Amino acid sequence: MNFKAVTVAFLLVASLFNTSWANEAAPVVDRSSTGGAQTLQDIMARQAQLDVDERFRSENIGDPSRAKAITDQLGTNGGTSDSEVYRAIRYNEIEPTLQQRGPAAAVLIQDAGMPWYKLREGPMITYGGGALLGIIGLLIIFYFVRGRIMIDGGPAGTTIERFKAIERFGHWLLAGSFIALGVTGLLVLMGRKFLIPVIGPEAFATLAAGSKFIHNNIAWAFMIGLVMTFFMWVAHNIPNKLDIKWLLAGGGIFTKSHPSAKKFNAGQKIIFWTVMIMGFSVSLSGLSLLFPFELPMFAKTFALINSVAGTDLPTVLLPHEEMQYANIWHSIVAFVMMLAIIAHIYIGSVGMEGAFDAMGNGQVDLEWARQHHDLWVAEVEAKQGKGGSS
Amino acid sequence: MALEGQARAKFLCDAERCIECNACVTACKNEHEVPWGINRRRVVTIEDGKPGERSISVACMHCSDAPCMAVCPVDCFYQTEDGIVLHSKDLCIGCGYCFYACPFGAPQFPQAGNFGSRGKMDKCTFCAGGPEEDNSTVEFAKYGRNRIAEGKLPICAEMCSTKALLAGDGNEVADIYRQRIINRGFGSGAWGWGTAYEKKA
Repeated sequence: MNFKAVTVAFLLVASLFNTSWANEAAPVVDRSSTGGAQTLQDIMARQAQLDVDERFRSENIGDPSRAKAITDQLGTNGGTSDSEVYRAIRYNEIEPTLQQRGPAAAVLIQDAGMPWYKLREGPMITYGGGALLGIIGLLIIFYFVRGRIMIDGGPAGTTIERFKAIERFGHWLLAGSFIALGVTGLLVLMGRKFLIPVIGPEAFATLAAGSKFIHNNIAWAFMIGLVMTFFMWVAHNIPNKLDIKWLLAGGGIFTKSHPSAKKFNAGQKIIFWTVMIMGFSVSLSGLSLLFPFELPMFAKTFALINSVAGTDLPTVLLPHEEMQYANIWHSIVAFVMMLAIIAHIYIGSVGMEGAFDAMGNGQVDLEWARQHHDLWVAEVEAKQGKGGSS
Repeated sequence: MALEGQARAKFLCDAERCIECNACVTACKNEHEVPWGINRRRVVTIEDGKPGERSISVACMHCSDAPCMAVCPVDCFYQTEDGIVLHSKDLCIGCGYCFYACPFGAPQFPQAGNFGSRGKMDKCTFCAGGPEEDNSTVEFAKYGRNRIAEGKLPICAEMCSTKALLAGDGNEVADIYRQRIINRGFGSGAWGWGTAYEKKA
């Protein structure tokens, strides 16, 4: 996952947010008969749910510098007419004052809510949920085609320590919290569509309230687990030439061979960096959602992407839009992580004999270790040999 | 209880009349005894102290096709036959999504628990209470007074000194406003009506 891919993903999200994604564009209208004001065709196009280019209205909001001098007749009326003022309000081109305090209280009107809602209820559930079912289906097929990956020649019976207790603690803190967060997140996203018709709104409201509580609080365990595992394993996950050989051999999954690997093979490194980069991103957007309106980060991110990729993403966002982007990005990243983790869970449990022990009691079978991490075993044995002689 | 006849409840704020006295805000807080920090209604001033200054009183507009209703993950909103958008605080989980969806910034959240965690949403009810029994103590504690059930209109509009804020059957409200425009001979500023009532309920 490099920066280019992140940029592409961002562009994809931004294009989904554009209302023109949902609606067909309205035909170009000649407004000379109304002097540039709205015509009947505009009204009809809007009622037909077409995407009308609103710039003829949104940019026609008067100019204070056009005002007559204060000594002139009607000079006190300022440079903007009533209708221009109302257009400015409609397109949020004003800076109002008010005595009530609260998040986004000064925003008189925002209309990004419906596109956000449509994206959440439509593609997010369809593609996200579909991808989850897809990966589970693929793994079931893989299991029947390839079968469980066994230790060639059976286990040796003797074991070697692969992960210390603290490493296993960090892993299970991250893994346990991720599963809790994934399940509760899916409940809040999909419950209204699939669970309310089955268990009723009262039972689901209790479930959703519990989900919110778990999601908000377990999030911290996830972040601690992420930082712990990053520092414990980053040194072993620097990509090198060995990884290219490992990947070219397809990890030996289909050829039943065992390409050389150190403590982590290229497949594990991919999982590591996916979890770290996506986990960092999901944590950031999650913090933004956890402290509503206090940690806006998308306008800044878009400005950064614009400066690097030369794109034209919006850099002025309403507080509501910041939260909507955070919500959508949080879900997209979470879905990608869930896909990767489901595959990771498969290969670490039913998919491979002897793999679970590494995170179970930390002791793996010596024969398993020789087949999957030959160079690492050699390293450990050399170290032990040295330790023994001194 | 409903408004009389085939009514569609609507708010209208006449910005030519609003003098930013904030009495609607105060009356609302007093009538419903809403907690500190919750503003079911707010008064927004544009061009404050400059030529062309206007003020607009904003609360839930009770939209025809309400985004809050659509987005709620627990489906806690419902619309009365008058078109008033109400919600159940028993179902609400305080996720805040209705606030992200609302065009007018109407939903309000008390701080509850740790971090930024929000309590159950509170918003303008058009003085029509909630799903509980009309004028019961439980209804008052959760949603405030149910003036519609008493045959009255929302307190904010009822006591507006300049009658800038109008509330009631949409047709009557529109008639009053139309008459004003004719008498004035200029401008129309039925702020927010396009967004709130474009789609018929």
